[in-house]
Amino acid sequence: MILLQGLLFLLVAAGATALVLTRDPKKQAIVLSFYGILLSVLFLALQAPDVALSELAVGAVAIPLMLLVALANVRKKLHK
Amino acid sequence: MSARIRQLLFLASAPGMALLLLWAISGLPGFGNYPGPYGDLLNSVAVYERHVTNVVTAVNFDYRALDTMGEEYILFAAVIGVMLLLREQRQASHYQPPTLLRTAYQRSDSARWMGLGFLGILMVFGIYIVLHAQLTPGGGFQGGAILGSTSLLVYLISKESVYRRVTPKFLVEIGECAGAGGYVLIGIATLLAGGAFLQNVLPLGNTGSLASAGTIWVINFSIGMEVAGAFSMLFLEFIEEVPERTAKSE
Repeated sequence: MILLQGLLFLLVAAGATALVLTRDPKKQAIVLSFYGILLSVLFLALQAPDVALSELAVGAVAIPLMLLVALANVRKKLHK
Repeated sequence: MSARIRQLLFLASAPGMALLLLWAISGLPGFGNYPGPYGDLLNSVAVYERHVTNVVTAVNFDYRALDTMGEEYILFAAVIGVMLLLREQRQASHYQPPTLLRTAYQRSDSARWMGLGFLGILMVFGIYIVLHAQLTPGGGFQGGAILGSTSLLVYLISKESVYRRVTPKFLVEIGECAGAGGYVLIGIATLLAGGAFLQNVLPLGNTGSLASAGTIWVINFSIGMEVAGAFSMLFLEFIEEVPERTAKSE
């Protein structure tokens, strides 16, 4: 279990770094979604299934979607 | 501030920040060691006192139910805020509806079939998570978020007009408001029943059965409705900002 948790911590750190290094906002929204999934697996491994469920719905689905829609909106305004 | 000064400022402050962080981390209790008495106490009494098998839920919706009410209203206020801003903007006289509509992409067959397959499962899973709050991990917040996101799946596998038909705005609004108001009404009902505000006055039932844990179950149901409504509302408002091209508007 400790090994799994350690591995997941490393994965989350790598995911966060990848997220920061992704500079294109559109791609960043997708990477953020993967990062949310990683984070929720870590929460599950740390025996917090309640938090993991919330993270999955909010971090992996809702926030990336809001970002994408906001980006689409900004692009629409730029085209005008 | 030029890039060079910013970089120097960062290099000067980063070691200090790192030192402070390390200092704080070294003072943390060992990984997995819980030092306080509150959690251990609850772990040993909650199952007998409240007939729950998920102690987290007992804390959130019974022992600290008032705090959770505030938390629920944070979400409620946030969604109302988004709604006010966006709707106000759209109704203003100088508002111009977007002239450049997005092309409605044809959803691929694989995405449609997979989404269609998941739709029912996700919905049932969301309802399950809400209703089993006192038994298994999850509860109104998590289940509601899953239910709210399920409506998005419809958007992903069909088109905007279909999505609008399955999540009518007035129903979503009623769900959100009834859920949020329901929490307070439950509190008032417990007062009328002779208890304190949000005290668990209902019969507790058998530990482990669906109809157990008294008001915890009822509160979770109302929160599930609120959160599902809030999420759907948020998605509806945002998607309205980037309308898809339909046959009519072409």
